[in-house]
Amino acid sequence: MRIINRKPSRLTAFTLGLVPFAAAIIAYAAASHYRRLENPDDKLLPSLSDMAAAFARMAFEPDRRSGDYLLWVDTFDSLQRLGAGMGVSVVFALSVGVAIGFIPHIRSTLGPFASSFSLIPPITILPILFIIFGLGETSRIMLIVVGTAPVMTRSVAQAVMEIPRELIIKAETLGASVWQMMVRVVLPQILPKLITAMRLALVPAWIFLISAEAIASTSGLGYRIFLVRRYLAMDVILPYVFWITLIAYLIDRLLLMLSRRAFRWHHLQGESL
Amino acid sequence: MSGEPKVLIRNAAKIYGGTVVLERLNLAVDTGSFCTIVGASGCGKSTFLRMLLSQELPSRGEILVDGIPLPPEPSPDRGIVFQRYSVFPHLTVEKNLMLSTELERTPWTGRLFGRKREAARTGVAAILEKIGLARARALYPTQLSGGMQQRLAIAQALLKRPKLLLLDEPFGALDPGIRADMQALLTDLWREFGMTVFMVTHDIHEAFKLGTRVLVFDKIRHDPDAPEAYGATVTYDLHLNGKNRRPIPDPRDLITAPGTTKTGVSPHA
Ligand SMILES: Nc1ncnc2c1ncn2[C@@H]1O[C@H](COP(=O)(O)OP(=O)(O)O)[C@@H](O)[C@H]1O
Ligand SMILES: [Mg+2]
Repeated sequence: MRIINRKPSRLTAFTLGLVPFAAAIIAYAAASHYRRLENPDDKLLPSLSDMAAAFARMAFEPDRRSGDYLLWVDTFDSLQRLGAGMGVSVVFALSVGVAIGFIPHIRSTLGPFASSFSLIPPITILPILFIIFGLGETSRIMLIVVGTAPVMTRSVAQAVMEIPRELIIKAETLGASVWQMMVRVVLPQILPKLITAMRLALVPAWIFLISAEAIASTSGLGYRIFLVRRYLAMDVILPYVFWITLIAYLIDRLLLMLSRRAFRWHHLQGESL
Repeated sequence: MSGEPKVLIRNAAKIYGGTVVLERLNLAVDTGSFCTIVGASGCGKSTFLRMLLSQELPSRGEILVDGIPLPPEPSPDRGIVFQRYSVFPHLTVEKNLMLSTELERTPWTGRLFGRKREAARTGVAAILEKIGLARARALYPTQLSGGMQQRLAIAQALLKRPKLLLLDEPFGALDPGIRADMQALLTDLWREFGMTVFMVTHDIHEAFKLGTRVLVFDKIRHDPDAPEAYGATVTYDLHLNGKNRRPIPDPRDLITAPGTTKTGVSPHA
């Protein structure tokens, strides 16, 4: 049979999916092993057990200076910033995006400005944010907002405009006011697409979170990895990177699950990533 | 019926950026008529319905309902069934039907809760039964067959008791067997509600079977140097009634090829 027509069974598919992970771990372990044979104090490729030990120390031993369990404090602080930033973005994207997508006069007014604004590289705004909001929490959260709100607004506006005109007209013939059309037709139709937009926006959101924490912060996952970088503490950095990836993955899956649960009608139509 | 027609169209035309799609439309339609509309693809049948719905405004002329010019946007006194996208995909069958009641009762949330919601649910039970979707009430439209979706669409369009019901090739995508059932359902509802119907179809048998009046749209004026200069208009306006059913003419006699003269059927029965 041609290779394009051969489909793996579920078990095979699962096993195949594990292979690259196993290969990467084995390759790393081997490289680390041989490097440390040459120089037992090598910091660049710490052994898996060293990393596990460092991770356990961060997670389960109180910090000598502050008495905090650093991993959890970092995680909590970062997630709080990420949540606040994404929350503001979502509210902004929904209100402005729906208005732009649904009401032609608002689209004409804000459309060109929004498109131009979304082209500003957000990180260039960071110094401006620091000047306006100071080096505190607001600046870090605002950077995430500036980095994610414009694209999400655009996705929402696009999704609103993609609603078949027939449905809007149908709502008009059923006597709906503009507000009622928004809450009963437009909003329910775009919410699944908003979740997709959120999942995509989480990638830049993490980038801006880590950047903001690296530049000006005294806590957070990004702060930690840039702090220990000074001591070449790869045994902390690598598990932290893994930990951040794991959290990002879990949030993504959680949003997908939420979408499948709450918007079953949308997922009945097929496509889902 | 009083002497005043339900729908009066005076010299209406639709022009899209210099291209005349429809022109010289003059029509008086009585209350309770079932007008079926046939014509070549692309001749402007949907455009005509969109004007009746105020989704498009006529470029020239005027359309009056009960002697009053149409409002400039769609309103609940005119129901519409499209070929596709007629029902809300995010609402179950039952909720699609409850929507108009919910909108009427709750200006801000557009939603009913608790006992009022149950009352609205009971309110749509009869119509669900009538369109044969009682057992499918909890399904989403994508889980329904094409025929079931269109039955839902027709029922939904009738909820506000519109004076005019507009249907744009509603059964165009359905199998012939299901089509007959749908035609029977539509005829039933038309008799029961007594509204005036305009229905576009590409099936001339359907047009003659359902209509009390068949309107044939065709482009008869041609300028070989400027094909956009003239549009289609009503070339045949056939009044049918039960006593006086005539054999269904061959479509080729109704819709002419450019440059030929018409023979066969005489306009007006
Ligand atoms: N919004 C529009 N802008 C420009 N041309 C249009 C528009 N809507 C329809 N037309 C044109 O008008 C003609 C009639 O279209 P339509 O009413 O959909 O035909 P029918 O329903 O009879 O098949 C077509 O040539 C189409 O290209
Ligand atoms: Mg059409």
